[in-house]
Amino acid sequence: MFARGNAAYPKDSIQLTGFTVKSLYKKIYDSDVGYSFITSPTAILAAVIAFVCIFCALFAPWVAPHNPFDLASLELGNARLPPAWYPEGSGRFPLGTDDQGRDILSTLMYGARISLVVGLASVCLSVIFGVSMGLLAGFLGGWVDSLLMRMCDVMLSFPAILIALLIAGVGRALFPNAHGALAFGVLIVSISLVGWVQYARTVRGSTLVERNKEYVQAARVTGVAPLRIMRRHVLPNVLGPVLVLSTIQVATAIITEATLSFLGVGAPPTSPSLGTLIRIGNDYLFSGEWWITIFPGAMLVLIALSVNLLGDWLRDALNPRLR
Amino acid sequence: MLAFIIRRLAQAVIVMFCVALVAFMLFQYVGDPVSQVLGQDATAEQIREARDALGLNNSIFVQFWHFLSNAAQGEFGFSLRQGSKVSTLIAERFPATLELALSAAVLALSLGIPMGVYAALKRGSFSSQVLMTVSLLGVSLPTFLIGIVLILIFAVNLNWFPSFGRGEVTRLGWWTTGFLTAKGWHHLVLPATTLAIFQLTLIMRLVRAEMLEVLRTDYIKFARARGLTNRAVHFGHALKNTLVPVMTISGLQIGGLIAFAIITETVFQWPGMGLLFIQAVSFADIPVMAAYLCLIALIFVIINLIVDLLYFAVDPRLRVEKPGGH
Repeated sequence: MFARGNAAYPKDSIQLTGFTVKSLYKKIYDSDVGYSFITSPTAILAAVIAFVCIFCALFAPWVAPHNPFDLASLELGNARLPPAWYPEGSGRFPLGTDDQGRDILSTLMYGARISLVVGLASVCLSVIFGVSMGLLAGFLGGWVDSLLMRMCDVMLSFPAILIALLIAGVGRALFPNAHGALAFGVLIVSISLVGWVQYARTVRGSTLVERNKEYVQAARVTGVAPLRIMRRHVLPNVLGPVLVLSTIQVATAIITEATLSFLGVGAPPTSPSLGTLIRIGNDYLFSGEWWITIFPGAMLVLIALSVNLLGDWLRDALNPRLR
Repeated sequence: MLAFIIRRLAQAVIVMFCVALVAFMLFQYVGDPVSQVLGQDATAEQIREARDALGLNNSIFVQFWHFLSNAAQGEFGFSLRQGSKVSTLIAERFPATLELALSAAVLALSLGIPMGVYAALKRGSFSSQVLMTVSLLGVSLPTFLIGIVLILIFAVNLNWFPSFGRGEVTRLGWWTTGFLTAKGWHHLVLPATTLAIFQLTLIMRLVRAEMLEVLRTDYIKFARARGLTNRAVHFGHALKNTLVPVMTISGLQIGGLIAFAIITETVFQWPGMGLLFIQAVSFADIPVMAAYLCLIALIFVIINLIVDLLYFAVDPRLRVEKPGGH
């Protein structure tokens, strides 16, 4: 897919300039993944958008113009101001304010922070769980394998959002007074319990191939314990597809989180994620205050789309068959 | 064929059994069945009597058997929040969800398949590229955002369609339908479109991919060599052969429609099962959740069985007995 054009970069200039930006460029150009990144405008655009979103989310307390959770600084007089380009808008609030006078731009940054943290945490959890289950199933085989795979089949035959909702509901019944960290814990667990199936199936497939190779047999013959073989020998060789899958899963997890929050069983209104912000703004749609909903929605789409595009690019770049 | 159907039936029974087990565990370990019946302030004596009456002192297997036989009759006890029978609550809400999902399915299939065929036949043309780009957006936008944007455009700004509730419904026995009044149809437009868009784009992309695959095969070349018209080649040969995978995915997706209806119903305040379920989840109303879970599983299993049977209707190759069987 990414055929190398030799005429594309001047080879001679590199010796003259020594270690400069140009030689760094050459290094990237010479590595496979780097080359395909630099020559794909979609990947660069997606990476820039994702980087800006992640930067704003990570450094929200320093980047955001206001602190939307500082109750002392909120004035109800500023409530529901339109974006700055409207005649009634104010330059202090570039994207307008919500019903409590919070700056939309700042709540967006704080909301994206929560969405990203929940998304990343649940992907990490489901990678750990799914990869271990897949390794066990593929390496041990037998009834462990068939039990785990039947479980995956049943779970995959239901829509993910339904299972996540069900787990969130059970979590609510078990911890009726969950606040703060516990509420987020239930949210993260419910999203990751849906996601692990994909990893388990992928890893099981590659493990089935790997376990019959010579290096595994050699390890067995030298008396290495099965758990150690799985961890030290098989695991590093099955992680490639997991990397690609987890990139795409981050986008899915963020959207699942937003959907759960929108439905009112996700992040609490006191620490709103993007989904909670959309839910709050939805009540003001009919009085014409579209910006309270649409900006968080656009932010969500932007993050999900850019992460998805990056994942697609990574899949193509890492796939040796496409080279 | 008979063996195939029996195997599929057995699988369906196993899936239903697993789901029932999960629902039973929910009842048993998450909700407190005694306080469901008696309320908060009951004496120890009452609790003991209730435990006996509910059979909670029986062995776990006997209890599971009771749960199964009740569930088979559609009995899931009482809703914790609303106090009425779960079966009546669901029966009230079921028609609304089914009508919404069916309209969305009809919309998705009747638009998605022709659009997919068009995008495959006119591959590379400007209009099909526009179609593909728009469909990418449809696949990646979350359902609730599509609903909100549609409300903003068509209900708030243009004021063409209502965005709230079912409108006027007609009673036919225990079934309520919105199909018989103009208002009912009017209210259906936005929710059905929202629900259909994701499935529509998915089916369209799938049909296009399958169609492109089939158009490359030898029998299509042979059909062209025989001098058949484009129409006969495209619709008589190519489309027919794309239908099996399309049917599999569409069947699963129609099951998914009923689950995705949860989101659409919340956005449009559509009085269906999904809204009931979402309320049950936020109030931890276990009996309603368990009943909904079992019902959805049943619908999924039935749809899968129908799809399996449809294979035989569409693909004559499957009807031929395998030579090894004799």
